[in-house]
Amino acid sequence: MRKNPAENAETHARVSRRALLLGGAQLLFMGGLGMRMRHLQLNQADQFRLLAEENRINIRLIPPARGEIFDRHGVVLARNEPAYRVTLVPEDAGDVDAVIEKLAALIELDPGELDAAATEMRRSPPFLPVTVADRISWEELSRVAVNAPALPGITPEVGLSRFYPLRGDFAHVVGYVGPVSDYDLSKIENPDQLLRIPRFQIGKVGLEGKLEDSLRGKAGTKRVEVNAVGRVMRELDRREGQQGDAVQLTIDQGLQSYAQARLGEESATAIVMDCRSGDLLAVASAPTFDSNLFVQGISVADYRELTENDHRPLAAKSVQGTYPPGSTFKMITALAALEAGIAGPDQTVWCPGHLEVSNRRFHCWKRAGHGHVNLAQALRESCDVYFYELALEVGIDNISAMAAKFGIGERFDLPLSGVARGLNPSRDWKREARGADWVVGDTVNVSIGQGFVLTSPLQLAVMTARLATGLNVMPRLVKSVNGIDTPVAPSADMGIDPAYLDEVRRGMYAVSNHRRGTAYGSRIIEDKYRLAGKTGTSQVRNITAAERARGVTRNEDLPWNRRDHALFVNFAPYDAPEIAVAVVVEHGGGGSTAAAPIARDITLQALYGDAPPLEAYPAKDRQRIKKQQEEIRTLKPGRSVTRRDRA
Amino acid sequence: MSYLEYSVKHVPTGPRKILHLNWPLLLLVTAVASVGFLMLYSVAGGSFSPWAEPQMKRYAMGVVLLFIVAMVPIWFWRSVSGAVYLGALLLLILVEVIGSVGMGAQRWIDLGFMRLQPSELMKVALVMALAAYYDWLPPKKTSRPQYVLIPVLLILIPTALVLRQPDLGTAILLLAGGAIVMFAAGVHWGYFTAVFGMGMGLVFAVFQSRGTSWQLLKNYQYRRIDTFLDPASDPLGAGYHITQSKIALGSGGWTGRGFMQGTQSRLNFLPEKHTDFIFTTLAEEFGYIGAVSLLSLYALIILFCVASAISNRDRYASLLTIGIASAFFLFFAVNMSMVMGLAPVVGVPLPLVSYGGSAMLVLMLAFGLVQSAHVHRPR
Repeated sequence: MRKNPAENAETHARVSRRALLLGGAQLLFMGGLGMRMRHLQLNQADQFRLLAEENRINIRLIPPARGEIFDRHGVVLARNEPAYRVTLVPEDAGDVDAVIEKLAALIELDPGELDAAATEMRRSPPFLPVTVADRISWEELSRVAVNAPALPGITPEVGLSRFYPLRGDFAHVVGYVGPVSDYDLSKIENPDQLLRIPRFQIGKVGLEGKLEDSLRGKAGTKRVEVNAVGRVMRELDRREGQQGDAVQLTIDQGLQSYAQARLGEESATAIVMDCRSGDLLAVASAPTFDSNLFVQGISVADYRELTENDHRPLAAKSVQGTYPPGSTFKMITALAALEAGIAGPDQTVWCPGHLEVSNRRFHCWKRAGHGHVNLAQALRESCDVYFYELALEVGIDNISAMAAKFGIGERFDLPLSGVARGLNPSRDWKREARGADWVVGDTVNVSIGQGFVLTSPLQLAVMTARLATGLNVMPRLVKSVNGIDTPVAPSADMGIDPAYLDEVRRGMYAVSNHRRGTAYGSRIIEDKYRLAGKTGTSQVRNITAAERARGVTRNEDLPWNRRDHALFVNFAPYDAPEIAVAVVVEHGGGGSTAAAPIARDITLQALYGDAPPLEAYPAKDRQRIKKQQEEIRTLKPGRSVTRRDRA
Repeated sequence: MSYLEYSVKHVPTGPRKILHLNWPLLLLVTAVASVGFLMLYSVAGGSFSPWAEPQMKRYAMGVVLLFIVAMVPIWFWRSVSGAVYLGALLLLILVEVIGSVGMGAQRWIDLGFMRLQPSELMKVALVMALAAYYDWLPPKKTSRPQYVLIPVLLILIPTALVLRQPDLGTAILLLAGGAIVMFAAGVHWGYFTAVFGMGMGLVFAVFQSRGTSWQLLKNYQYRRIDTFLDPASDPLGAGYHITQSKIALGSGGWTGRGFMQGTQSRLNFLPEKHTDFIFTTLAEEFGYIGAVSLLSLYALIILFCVASAISNRDRYASLLTIGIASAFFLFFAVNMSMVMGLAPVVGVPLPLVSYGGSAMLVLMLAFGLVQSAHVHRPR
């Protein structure tokens, strides 16, 4: 096609014009882009730079090591152990099933854990590690680590977990930690950020729970650079946390372990207290349980086994349990009467075996009666009628005031769970709590530690220590925190005439050392360690007249949970008291047969600091005691105590 | 003026053609591509793999392609323009049939050694076809309705196919690119005004159709428009791209954080950091100075092309050059507007810089055509 030149020139000019127009428009647009860049990059630079920093810097917590717990001699009761686990990063693993199969060839994998891991993998982004094996041994971890090149995405990890080397022996004192729960968080006003870490271990009961704040320590922090999906790229800086406080107890581990072993499977408790300083040397409660069970969260089966046991292994009977003190309360009645000038060494009471008070017959344990008894004899043989008579004269107000002096009805400030107040009944209390007036029969009951009065074993130990020293000794459980001794409350004189105290102590001495004493069978014949004690047998039921008539009062004929509680309190040595002991055997029967032998054995163990020589025991018991000592020696401290292990 | 009318003897022949190449333009293209290598090296965390090295290889292939295309006389290209257009159209239809599904959209044909995106090829083919059409059409008839309809169809057919894939970005580029060639060829202003008015109507229709049975766009495209209009409404969801991109740009400041120091891109906060959003990495690491430098390089490329087009008295060559330059402009203008939050995120890469095989090769082919037009211009 031919075109004339003029036309060509014209069209070319038009194309050029429009090309220039287009080029100009395009350059103009680019200028606009440049201006926009200027606005974004320069005018708003500070704002965007800040946003970029926030994007990439992430602050992570470093959990601190929990404070360790020691006994008075430095034996470790609770420490932190490396906990080994294996995690898997699905993204790095590629074929997850193949990797897990290879892993299963090396270590035993829990199917439940694998199921949980599979669920977690589906939910979380593929670069986040998922735990596939927890609580594995060092050997297993090593096996995984050695084979790591063949296991893509698998990482052997080390963390810290609480461990109680003595297992059950301190279960009720030290308590245990467990994974923090929503319930724990709901109780705390401003929860530490640490508690937001999944499965972070928090003190639940006992010292672990009560001293949580000082044991926990302070979290460290590290600043890490993360990418858009939260993967950590590198660590920028790190501030180490602070380990929790080291707590030293007043408890003597050897004695505590012995006491636990001696109590065995009885539903019982024993407390040993230094009666000069108030240091608690042993606070045993049986049966016990392995506190390590709770650390990672207890299984339903294990927990059910503990809760369904009628001997209540989870209860710290030593401080939580309250029992009618029975005859161990008679020292209080005696002192109240002595103070009031009613009783005296030469005054006697006629015990016909019962006493009629306001048309009700109160029995003495000895149906035939004790005849004429004075104070020493009444304590020695635990004559009930003697104390009925005293109580009628001295009145509840004096008895209650005396009981209060000895710590009954007082909640001692110890870092333990559920320290019981017990009950020191008074006229005011009854009016308020029961809406009824105090009657004389109530006083008669209280005089022999029955009726309303309730004491915890700890209170009995404190009472005995105060009887032994005449000082208002206070119990102490924590010896030092981070090496700084906790102060010992200075003990003041209780202001009771030493002559009266001596009178009562003589009676207690006779209980264990006089041929007719109720605990003569559980005496110590080593002269420098003679003990002075008092038996107690407290009813957990009322004996009806009909039952009495039928004569069904023998404990052995009753179901276990209706039998009497057996109690024994003592101090030793008699001449220069060092320790006070209280033993309660729930539904154990008589105090002289069930509780006194235990208290005697524990006393000897405490005084000798180790297994006592057989010479300290009465000759006819030695053979039996030898066997018993051997049996206990075979039980290593920290023996496992779950029922499954025993089977 | 047409090639038939000027003496071919003034046109360089043989190896001497190389001397007559538009060397400044080639240098500018190389400079922009080098910026791309640098950024791809950086976003890979200081590594040539997985992006910088293949990109350099493709560029080398592209340069060879450019030389081959440039050495071939422009009148040959004019004569095959129609065939190229038809071929590209066929390939576009082919992806509908056998194309593999990638990123939710059917966009490429697997050739074994590379994935060919016919829509990329079509961008050049359309410009070629339109240039050839207006070279053939007597200038007097340019604005007659029946002769306007033909190029409009030439534009709309591939645009519709691309939209079906669906690739909104490329469709816009085809439409705008084609319109620019028509404008350069001298089509009457009135048509453009009318189309612009109709476009406005269409936008209105698009918004009106949302949620109805005749919805014109896919839901994700609507969401992109939403977040473009108000990115802050969903900073972690749909608005994430734009918000993060603006953070990266803004944190660059005057001189940037330094090479390989961009936290946004290195830590993966930036989406598609090696393709559509590579400009943000540049802006973050080299700051305003770096961003404006790249913008200037692009501006120079446009300037050299426009100059070449104006100085070329051959209508086909002139229209081809201005068309390719405009398509190139549209490419980076849309991309930059997108990352700066001025336009919706439509998925247009930054030409010569973003990682991508087809785009690079097609661009080099296009610049080869520009070079051919330049070398074989009437003298």
